[in-house]
Amino acid sequence: MRHLFPAGLVLAFALHATAAHAADDLASLRAEMQALRATYEARLQALEARLQAAERSAAAQAPAAAAPAAPMPTPDGAAPSAARTAGTANANSFNPALSLILSGLYTRTSRDPADYRISGFARPADAEIGPGTRGLSLAETELGFAANIDPWWRGSAAIALTPDNQVEVEEAFVQTTSLGNGLSLKAGRFLSNVGYLNPQHAHVWDFVDAPLAYQAFFGGQLGDDGLQLTWLAPTDTLIELSGELGRGRGFPGSDSASNGAGRASIALHAGGDIGTGHSWRAGVSFIDAKARDQSLFGLDAADAGIDSVFNGRTRVTVLDAVWKWAPDGNPTRTNFKLQGEWLRSVRSGLLNHDPAGANLDGDLRLVQNGAYVQAVYQFMPRWRVGARTEWLDAGSAQYSAGTGLLGADGFKPRKNALMVDYSASEFSRVRLQFARDQARFGITDNQVMLQYQMSLGAHGAHGY
Amino acid sequence: MKRFMTVIAGLATAFACAAPAHAALRVLACEPEWGALVQELGGPLVDVSVATTALQDPHQIQARPSLIARARNADLLVCTGAELEIGWLPVLLQQSGNAKVQPGQPAHFLAADVVPKIEVPTQLDRSQGDVHAAGNPHIQTDPRNIALVANALGARLQQIDAANAAAYATRLQDFQQRWQQALARWNAQAAPLKGVAVASQHKAFGYLYNWLGVVEVAVLEPKPGVEPSVAYLQQVLTSLKAKPARLVVYAAYQDPRPSNWLQQNAGVPVVKLPFTVGGSERAKDLFGLFDDTLERLLAAGTASK
Repeated sequence: MRHLFPAGLVLAFALHATAAHAADDLASLRAEMQALRATYEARLQALEARLQAAERSAAAQAPAAAAPAAPMPTPDGAAPSAARTAGTANANSFNPALSLILSGLYTRTSRDPADYRISGFARPADAEIGPGTRGLSLAETELGFAANIDPWWRGSAAIALTPDNQVEVEEAFVQTTSLGNGLSLKAGRFLSNVGYLNPQHAHVWDFVDAPLAYQAFFGGQLGDDGLQLTWLAPTDTLIELSGELGRGRGFPGSDSASNGAGRASIALHAGGDIGTGHSWRAGVSFIDAKARDQSLFGLDAADAGIDSVFNGRTRVTVLDAVWKWAPDGNPTRTNFKLQGEWLRSVRSGLLNHDPAGANLDGDLRLVQNGAYVQAVYQFMPRWRVGARTEWLDAGSAQYSAGTGLLGADGFKPRKNALMVDYSASEFSRVRLQFARDQARFGITDNQVMLQYQMSLGAHGAHGY
Repeated sequence: MKRFMTVIAGLATAFACAAPAHAALRVLACEPEWGALVQELGGPLVDVSVATTALQDPHQIQARPSLIARARNADLLVCTGAELEIGWLPVLLQQSGNAKVQPGQPAHFLAADVVPKIEVPTQLDRSQGDVHAAGNPHIQTDPRNIALVANALGARLQQIDAANAAAYATRLQDFQQRWQQALARWNAQAAPLKGVAVASQHKAFGYLYNWLGVVEVAVLEPKPGVEPSVAYLQQVLTSLKAKPARLVVYAAYQDPRPSNWLQQNAGVPVVKLPFTVGGSERAKDLFGLFDDTLERLLAAGTASK
């Protein structure tokens, strides 16, 4: 009985509504008819377009078809070819998105790059430091693959083919797509999310080479094998927190091959818009890496090589900030980008030091820092100019086995660079860069680099 | 190492607790026209933010931090699709950590999927410029497409926010009614534009021309997305001598210089079209967009007869 009352009410209301809004119903019926008509018009339009396309292709094929056979109506003639097309489409439609980056360089330096060192920064022999080779050379060719794996994972790999015919796995990772709540987990080899420039591939950099600070503190760029957990806060301003554990493959780690992690890092980034024209991102990152029997090579004041072996930990702090501007937020014509990063490295542990056969062991504590600031301005479509200034401070080592460790205490390497680049489209870029490099004690190296970077294949979407 | 993880866990918990509870369905629209449409269909039930403005080139948007944050918080993503956003949307989605709005999910709505597309290329090669494999993505320039998208989007809203399905249905019906009335008015208004020859700066208005029966006799860009050189504009000028255009049309987000050049050298009046909601003073919503588009075309197209 209790259900009847509300039911009656609803019925009464419905009847009332029918009576009162009959006119409205008529209008809405009319609207529905019109909507139907619009739908059919659009469909007709599509059919017309397809008919026209079919007529065009038929017209194009007609002369070719007329020669071999009489123009007989073959009703099943078209069917097998259509089926074939569909078949091949199915066979490769799950292929990953493929992209290829082609890049080459002409380098002219006033000093021999074979002797290139950053004075006061003893580094492993495989660290990517300096302008590389002189003359015409191929830069890294990068092959990229990316696709969804299943509803829960996606995968991506970047394989670098080096100019000396080596294959390097630059990145190869799987990443969750389904965790939700702003979380995503990455596993494999990837560029660490520390700083601003580090997670970017070299082909999207605004200058030919990595800043000196990246060369000195990360041996070029910090990539590692491990895990990365990223979380975005549910806020309108971007707040991104990421933590990584890795084996510490590259400098400042030494690929410890222990059961534990050789490197851990944490990065906090925030970013947002100011009006429609401005946007920014800033962050702070900490890296803690272990080194075991890490062979280092440096130069003393007399340009004599010094070998040393480091055991201990390195903690690096990175502050990064970037600000971008474009009129009305439309970067197509003109835009401006200012970015800077400051890095500080603290190495503490045991150093075995071997100047002139004197085998010294001692406790080391070395604080070094460096920074760069760069600005890039697109002053007209396709053309950009940029300037970068950078400096390092070699610091002075506290070394229990003696002072004047590397003969370059307190040395402050400097480098300034100017570049201009031209992009015929978003897929190609040619860049000219001049740099005055004072990374070597008492030496000024004038570097001229001419570079092309082109991308083929899948349309890669770029980060901020 | 443990310390880092503890810090992460602590911060994550702190932020998770501080997360504001939103009652309205949070919608991220890639372009202003879809933002306006969602607003029409959702009213107070939706909280819409739009990733781009009418003064920005939707092909070339940067995956800004603010957009990543908004993708992370979205309950529904409404974009054009047809590869228009291919340069930036994939990054937003990958970095968003939002499973709901990933491609293939119900909350990932692509307007171009429900509209028959024109200018589908028969040959895909980047030497042809910025071509879209799926066809011309600028579907919002034909109001009949808006009606089609509205039906699909209305259904999607009902699916995602099932609790308010009835309200969405009512709003959809109301919108379609107003839209069909407006369409009838526009059709009548636009009659004099039938057969008018125009030149366009970018192939952005194919759907509009199809609707109006306007004939595109020249395009100023040598290839889609490639800015014309003066030498190329000279060629266009020569071709226009054989097939004269009564107007040259460009979108609000574009650099007017190529169109202005043609005006100065060929005396063809230039018409700046809003292209999307917010592209002009009057294009405040979808109705204003087409009111203003027609008015501008009629003013220039009939004056120079």
